Amino acid sequence: MLEIKNLHARIAEDGTEILRGVNLTVNPGEVSAIMGPNGSGKSTLSYVLAGREDYEVTEGDILFNGESVLEMDPAERAASGLFLAFQYPVEIPGVPTMTFLKTAMNAQRKHRGEDELPTPDFIKLVKEAAGKLHINMDMLKRPLNVGFSGGEKKRAEILQMALLNPHMCVLDETDSGLDIDALKIVSDGVNALRAESRGFLVITHYQRLLEHIVPDQVHVLYKGQIIKSGDKSLALDLEANGYADIIKEAA
Amino acid sequence: MGVVSMIKHNAVEEALFEAYETSGAKTDASNAAITALKTNGLPTRRVEAWHYTDLRSMLKSVPTPAVRPDAAAMKAAADRYPAIVETARVAVVDGYADAELVGEQPSGVSVAISGESLVAQHTKENVVGLLANAFAKDCLDISIDAGSELDKPIGLAHIAREGSVLATNQQRVSIGAKATATVIERYVQLGSDHYQNSAVTELTIGDDADATYIIAQQTGEKATHLGQINITLGANAKLTLFILNAGGALVRQDVNIDVLGEGADFQLRGVNLVGDNQHIDVTMDLHHAVPHTTSEEIIRNVVTGNGKGVFQGKIRVAQVAQKTDAKMACNTLLLTDDGDFSTKPELEIFADDVACGHGATFTDLEPSYMFYLMSRGIPEKEARSLLIKGFVDEIVEDLDDEAIEEAIVGVIDEWLDAHV
Repeated sequence: MLEIKNLHARIAEDGTEILRGVNLTVNPGEVSAIMGPNGSGKSTLSYVLAGREDYEVTEGDILFNGESVLEMDPAERAASGLFLAFQYPVEIPGVPTMTFLKTAMNAQRKHRGEDELPTPDFIKLVKEAAGKLHINMDMLKRPLNVGFSGGEKKRAEILQMALLNPHMCVLDETDSGLDIDALKIVSDGVNALRAESRGFLVITHYQRLLEHIVPDQVHVLYKGQIIKSGDKSLALDLEANGYADIIKEAA
Repeated sequence: MGVVSMIKHNAVEEALFEAYETSGAKTDASNAAITALKTNGLPTRRVEAWHYTDLRSMLKSVPTPAVRPDAAAMKAAADRYPAIVETARVAVVDGYADAELVGEQPSGVSVAISGESLVAQHTKENVVGLLANAFAKDCLDISIDAGSELDKPIGLAHIAREGSVLATNQQRVSIGAKATATVIERYVQLGSDHYQNSAVTELTIGDDADATYIIAQQTGEKATHLGQINITLGANAKLTLFILNAGGALVRQDVNIDVLGEGADFQLRGVNLVGDNQHIDVTMDLHHAVPHTTSEEIIRNVVTGNGKGVFQGKIRVAQVAQKTDAKMACNTLLLTDDGDFSTKPELEIFADDVACGHGATFTDLEPSYMFYLMSRGIPEKEARSLLIKGFVDEIVEDLDDEAIEEAIVGVIDEWLDAHV
């Protein structure tokens, strides 16, 4: 479903190379976790997948359902079924959350050649999905993410993911800034979306999240490369012993 | 004429004075106004209040003064007025009022039509007031009784018909003590010819009154709109003035406010949509004359193409006006390299115990916002439009009336869809 091949990427502004040959495959129905110390390139990988302009791909390719996404802008990637849940969702004043959700859902429907969603149907879908994530409808009347708490922002990301129904979900440190209860709500939201046809790439610092969202594979990213891969026991190993041994081993 | 001209007039000034000769009945006030205009000439950038709008060189021609249309033509034009929200309407066609075009008014509201001129200061800055005096035809006198609570807004619908004419729109609006009222003054043009008008409003807000006054300017792409509103606020009076400029080729709006009663609060919200080949200038002179008054001005501008915009905001705080709290912000979204916006805040503070502040920002669309919206599948053009609308809609919300907000947002969206 998602194949990352020898991906090299740098910061467009100053040319600093961040990703130095990442190889990674996520199959449908699987959850792959990426762990790694600070500055290893985890967030950069998520941004490059989503098509952020601040980064340049210098080598390699990203194939999604067999097709390269490198020439697609972020909207085209999203419409083809790629979703990034942001580590830090931005606050956008003046744009009501409901207007945003409706615009996004209809834009993706239009891209797929479907009709716009009638407003009552749209509201029904949002109400259902929001209820599952313990999101109050009043919150969705506010401007997008403005004044949302850290936990509310993360739940709003999962709400968008549920409504947009993507094939491939990239979660960038979705657990950061969440207390135990919020972590449970968010994880349940993610697990409810697990499906045979859907892949997940979960980026995290902590094993804690992976107790809730159990991965099929765990990869360690260090200095822009995957230096070790394994099953979920690798995450427990890292939690107990830290990254030092693995880094030494790779060097 | 016995008047010694101090300056050499250019062709447009000559055309203006000739137009006056053909403009029908003269009064002492109109003669005095044209004499003042002849003496001073049209303002150039050397007149500080007109520094960014050199009217003398920017005004390219002067249309013929409008003549009173017959009753049927006025009614036909009024019927074509594209209303945006339900109001108790008073329609004015090419600057002419008619009792037939005064709709049913809420109780406590009286509307009279007179032929008199509003009093204008004879200064070289006050060209808008003097032009209105020189070419004045009708004046609406709107009076809202003390204590009235209007159940719907009063709509002053100024309609310009097809054709190239020079018109004057005058209104005197008096909102009585303790009254609650909303007035929408709107300028629309049925054609797209070079139409020019001088639109002057005298607004009095009585003690403890709570008023919303909206000026929505939507003239055509060749129009010259010279507007002026002169406001006095009584004790504990509250006024929210909303100015929307969504039309015209050359637009100047003077906003003069005297805060005369203690406890008064003045709020200005302005949206200037400045497209290709447009020049829009809003110039405010706000005078806090007494202690314990508040004011806040927020201006949001969107500039596209080679549009040019101006906001000059002067806040004067008199020596006696202690405890004044005045804030001003001007935020501009510059969407093109050829667009241009000048903003000039001026604070003249003679009191020593006040809180006054101002700020100005110029930005393009925030890239991180664009990325976020696009990452949800919203195409670039739609994402831009969502952000631009959000930038201006944010201050429309301060009107605090859902039907009116929706109507104003509708006008803004229509403009943005056509220009961005």
